[in-house]
Amino acid sequence: MMHISILLISLLGMVFIAAVFAFVVLNSGPRDEDYGGISTRGYIIRRWWMIGLCAAGVLVSVWSLIPFPLQASSAESPRIIQAVGRQWSWELASNSVEAGEPVRFRVTSQDVNHGFAIYGPDDKIVAQTQAMPGYFNDLDVTFEHAGKYRVLCLEYCGVAHHAMVTEIAVTEKH
Amino acid sequence: MTTTELGYATPEAQRAPVVKLYLGIGLLVFAGLMLVGVLMRAAQGAAMLTLAPDVFYQLMTLHGAGMVGTAGLAALAVNWYFLSQHVQLNPKIFLATLLLSLVAVAMIVGSILLGHFAAAWTFLYPLPAFSLGQWSKGAALTFVGGLLLLGVAFLLVYLDMGVAIVRRYGSIARALGLPMLFGREPIDATHSPTVVASAMVLIVNVAGIAVGAIVLIMTMLHLIYPALAPDALLMKNLIFFFGHVFINATIYSAVIAVYEILPLYARRPWRVSRPFLAAWLAVTLMVLAVYPHHLLMDFAMPPWMAIMGQIVSYASGIPVLVMTAFGGLMLVYRSGIRWDAASSLLVLSLFGWAAGIIPAVIDGMIHVNLVMHNTLWVPGHFHFYLLLGVLPMVLGFASYLCANGQQGRTGLVAVAVYATGGTLLCLSFLVSGALSVPRRFAVHEESWQWLGNVGALSGGIVLIGTLMIALPILQKLPRARLASTGIGARA
Repeated sequence: MMHISILLISLLGMVFIAAVFAFVVLNSGPRDEDYGGISTRGYIIRRWWMIGLCAAGVLVSVWSLIPFPLQASSAESPRIIQAVGRQWSWELASNSVEAGEPVRFRVTSQDVNHGFAIYGPDDKIVAQTQAMPGYFNDLDVTFEHAGKYRVLCLEYCGVAHHAMVTEIAVTEKH
Repeated sequence: MTTTELGYATPEAQRAPVVKLYLGIGLLVFAGLMLVGVLMRAAQGAAMLTLAPDVFYQLMTLHGAGMVGTAGLAALAVNWYFLSQHVQLNPKIFLATLLLSLVAVAMIVGSILLGHFAAAWTFLYPLPAFSLGQWSKGAALTFVGGLLLLGVAFLLVYLDMGVAIVRRYGSIARALGLPMLFGREPIDATHSPTVVASAMVLIVNVAGIAVGAIVLIMTMLHLIYPALAPDALLMKNLIFFFGHVFINATIYSAVIAVYEILPLYARRPWRVSRPFLAAWLAVTLMVLAVYPHHLLMDFAMPPWMAIMGQIVSYASGIPVLVMTAFGGLMLVYRSGIRWDAASSLLVLSLFGWAAGIIPAVIDGMIHVNLVMHNTLWVPGHFHFYLLLGVLPMVLGFASYLCANGQQGRTGLVAVAVYATGGTLLCLSFLVSGALSVPRRFAVHEESWQWLGNVGALSGGIVLIGTLMIALPILQKLPRARLASTGIGARA
């Protein structure tokens, strides 16, 4: 749902911009010699447009950054699963998780950069992080539903990049 | 142009031939690389074409490096041509930049097609050294060396531009309009937006290319001495700083065509003002600071950098939407503008740039990036910038210079074809991203393939539109007398 919302919001914004351009193009003539008058009115619109964009920016930033989206989960002791990427396979310490169980994937790479992306049973991305040589990125995930999840590599890593896939089986909570 | 300005300007006879070379080569290469893009999307669609993964990734590297390099050179031609009206530039240095670039291109193309190098144009360290037999160390060194040579070529002409700007305006800061912005000098309405944009491009792109040179040399050293292994996160920071700054500088160079040509069509001036100068100063700083939005999924990065990446990502769109796009629309509104190929392309370019900001800013949010990073959403937004932004700026510039924009009804139809294909292609990428289709996958799952086919068909339409615009220009180019002023009189 989130993915489609993102698409719709983006399309709405782009349609708004397209509509403004269409309005101006359709009203590009006849010529009005009083450009001073046009620019005075334009500057007023521009000022409000600027204020609106700044205000929206502040609101969206506060809403989306507090709490910080990448902070560790509040679960006291999530189950830690080591995830190691290498050309061109994933090695997970465990490929089985219970629904509702807080899990922390400790992700790294043995060679080049990889992208550790978890795809849900509906083939949409649930969460992701980068797998980097020399670093561990902790990705906290709580799988809500049981089913077959997949891990795909989302950072280009060579000729079999697209085939670097593994599965995670999420079972019902006992 | 005043007598003083004429004294500074580069003689017209010296400006035209090199710009023609840049445009001619640029238009041909753009068309060729578009075909490569169409082939890639068709291969992902799997209905019309299949490509072996190694070939796909070689073509992907060629398309990326080629498009970024060619867009950079074409935008440089726009910048150089208009800046040379205000300062005395050396056409020989400009030609040397082109020749060096062609050598660099030969190295890059050779490393890909002959050496099978396929680490993508971003050459993300340490991938060039980890081919698992697909390409040799020599091929990787040739590719990286080619990019380094391209950077040297750009620095060469930037040095000439910088010296010429300082000779006339006293300093780069003065060319950027800082004394006027901060009230130390009165606003000079004759100060050209081209000079302001050129100063910004010089500041950011010299920094960007310098960082690029550092990371390229470190990559070469790693290839030669594998034990000398720099920190992967540091290298990633350097690469994305370089890549982000370079492609942004390309857009901000090419937009000079809009500042210079659209006022001639609208017969209204595009003058500098304090808000205009403030916007360009803000953009200068933000282009240098925004690159961490590429690293939001690297949780090892300090959180403050991720927060800065998100906030600056949003803020850097505001000057474009408020100053350039809005300014352009104000110029066109009730101007009685003559709609031809050039004017249509320039307005289309403002639309592409402005519209592309929306998906870019949304992807710059950490929440969204968690599910959109490295999906086809990313090429979706940058194709808006580049295919519907930068390229129409270059095509509009070429159409205006070579044909005074008068390409008849065919020209307008061509722009409509181009815009339709370009919009469909970008939307096919964005929809793919929303469906979590990964970027840079040679093989797509069956449920994703229809989007690849839509993309291939849309790309084909773009290519037809491009050829309809570019071929008449290329025919006229050798004998064209470049128009630089007076569209109003000609209209």
